[in-house]
Amino acid sequence: MEDMLFYDRMQFAFTITFHYLFPQLTMGLSLLIVYFKGKFLYSKLEKYNDAAKFWMKIFALNFAMGVVTGIPMEFQFGTNWAKFSELTGGIIGQTLAMEGMFSFFLESSFLGLFLFGEKLLGHKLHFLTGFLVFLGSWASGYLIIATHSWMQYPVGYEILENGKFVLNNFGALFSNPWLLPSYLHNQAASLVTSSFVVAAIGAFYLLNNKHNEFGKLFVKTGVVFGLISSLLVAFPTGDLVAKNVVKYQPATFAAMEGIFETEDGGSEIVLIGQPNMLEKKLDNKIAVPNILSFLTYQDWDAQIKGLNEFDESVHPTNVPGLYYSYHIMVGLGTIFIGLMLLATVQLFRKKLYKTKWILWSLMFMLPFPYIANTTGWYTAELGRQPWLVYNLLRTADGASPTVSSGNTLFTLLGFIGLYLLLGLLFLMLAGKIINKGPELNQH
Amino acid sequence: MELFWYIVLMTMLAVYVILDGYDFGAGIIHLFFAKKEKDKKAITNAIGPFWDANEVWLIASGGVLFFAFPTLYASSFSGFYLPLIMILWLLIFRAIGLELRGQIHNKMWESIWDKAFGISSLLLALFFGVALGNVVRGVNLGGVVDGVSTHEAHYFFLPLWNPSFSPQAEQLGIIDWFTLLLGIIGVVALAIHGANWIIFKTNADINEKLKKVVFNLNFVLLALVVVSLLVWHIIEPKPFHNFIKYPWLFIFPILTFIGLFGLFKVKTFKKHGKGFLFSSLFLGGGLASTVASIFPKVLPSTNDINPDLTLYNVAADAYGLSVGVYWFAIAAVLVAIYMFIQYKVFNGKMDDVGYGEH
Repeated sequence: MEDMLFYDRMQFAFTITFHYLFPQLTMGLSLLIVYFKGKFLYSKLEKYNDAAKFWMKIFALNFAMGVVTGIPMEFQFGTNWAKFSELTGGIIGQTLAMEGMFSFFLESSFLGLFLFGEKLLGHKLHFLTGFLVFLGSWASGYLIIATHSWMQYPVGYEILENGKFVLNNFGALFSNPWLLPSYLHNQAASLVTSSFVVAAIGAFYLLNNKHNEFGKLFVKTGVVFGLISSLLVAFPTGDLVAKNVVKYQPATFAAMEGIFETEDGGSEIVLIGQPNMLEKKLDNKIAVPNILSFLTYQDWDAQIKGLNEFDESVHPTNVPGLYYSYHIMVGLGTIFIGLMLLATVQLFRKKLYKTKWILWSLMFMLPFPYIANTTGWYTAELGRQPWLVYNLLRTADGASPTVSSGNTLFTLLGFIGLYLLLGLLFLMLAGKIINKGPELNQH
Repeated sequence: MELFWYIVLMTMLAVYVILDGYDFGAGIIHLFFAKKEKDKKAITNAIGPFWDANEVWLIASGGVLFFAFPTLYASSFSGFYLPLIMILWLLIFRAIGLELRGQIHNKMWESIWDKAFGISSLLLALFFGVALGNVVRGVNLGGVVDGVSTHEAHYFFLPLWNPSFSPQAEQLGIIDWFTLLLGIIGVVALAIHGANWIIFKTNADINEKLKKVVFNLNFVLLALVVVSLLVWHIIEPKPFHNFIKYPWLFIFPILTFIGLFGLFKVKTFKKHGKGFLFSSLFLGGGLASTVASIFPKVLPSTNDINPDLTLYNVAADAYGLSVGVYWFAIAAVLVAIYMFIQYKVFNGKMDDVGYGEH
């Protein structure tokens, strides 16, 4: 039984982690492509259209990967988490079905037109199809996070005698206080990924001294969007999300911040340290006094409850995993802001394209927004464990009752092999497109 | 309300089979009949801009199943665990076969992805037919062994096959001779359907040959359908009781046979879309007839201890189902508009769309 749950969890964690590498670029990049295309319509400068066309090639490849790895997500609710689906399907089925009906149809219908219809449609209508693809992908994110928010902070439900959750207030799913901060935080983070990817490819061209015109355009666009989105991720969106956690999941908050003991006169913010789960304390700690209390309550002396004050039964299952995920996310987020600030300063001084070390840093920063997005999601998900529906339904009670561990391990291994192949193909083909670079004045 | 969502779900599934069915069919034709590069190009151009939107009908149907009939979703998806995951793998191979083929110009690369696309299309058509066979035949709900349920009454688990391949064995498998027969019908019917789509949407040289293929395969299909109707009695002693009770249901089998017999005239059709229309009638009518014959069951039980799953005992609660009607109505109008625009822009022949060229 324990093995079975472990494999079910590993399979979901693995497939969702791999899947979300693609939509985070899709959502942000669709906005940037719409920006390039709009800039072309406004300025009539051919290079913006060529830039849009170049990124559409990456977008098409990335989108296909997102679609093919996305379908297993919807299936797995039923295949591996049947009990969870049976008990809560009347509620989370609403938002998931809405995602299919409202966003996937929109995205997929106009993606074909967007990718193959430029000649048929003309530039203005082509811009519109790009905008609709962007709208579809952001609507998809919204409905997924509405589903996620209900699991974190269930609202608008009642529980029947047979354990089933039934909906009694549809509107509550969307006025859920968890939803808007999480959504904006996530979308800003997806724009971080896309801006950093665009900047990194631009830096690659400049450092190689090829496609220089596009290199400059990509670096500039990436840095401007990158600075704005990195700031938005931290404030106000990240701040609001953290305030939700401290309010609705206080034990989770203590664990992710690494606060084991309640401190009178305000809590410190932990920068570095390793959770010692045997002695329930933090080893090798570097911390700044009172900052956490101020960030959380705007009061230097506010009291924050430490993890040791909560009953063991409400502790998150994997405290070290939660703590590291959160700290990696925050640490990277801080580095992103710092780098983009420096790059913006150089941009204003008109020295950015010559400042080699910033260009190198931008290029090597490419994988890190992906890591930050992933660890951010791990923070949310590990923070909710051992619950599927916070405080109401345990993960152990949600798995499929008739699927044995032998079958789950078989499919998990299959997914690992298949996704390894997909990942290699994606890198190879994206590398080929990037190496070839944008083409000038295609008509 | 349950009935409304049942009709919605079945309609969406039928639309899925008709739309993505031509993609699978085109894949099967691609695998067996497209020898020249020009013909292969024509086939991928004919489905390239559509396959992704067509696949959304599967995802959206899955969503509606999850939301309106959560117990059926949970029971069947976990019970048919292995084949469903394999369908996912095949869908992935089909998609990357189509999308990645044109990324590198190299004979070996192209032929690898051609085969991936063709073989996964073939297996998907087979699996979907087998799935329909499983729904008709029913499953051992509650996992009854020696008269005792080993699971909750609405849960089960089926291995891929059992040694006897019999649909009447005590320990059932997903593949037996009955479900396999429906799987083969699926392959043949979708091959015909896909060929009709290619004839409809392209001016390829291969089209004349494909008309002959449709004509010949149609004999095979007719024979298989007749055999399946005969052996159906072994699975379900009274397959027509719903039709006798509600004679208007006979419209579905009638449509099926209009579609089937209409296709024998494929060589004389002036309008290129006509063949596609007839094979759509066959698929839609055939699915509706099958579903009508087991109504109101959605997954029959093969034992006497646990009751059948019907659309009434697997549905979500009343409030959720009625509130869903509002957003669904809005979404349905939007989807109709998208489809209208999409097919308007890609109206007519698609030979020059340049799918997959980089």
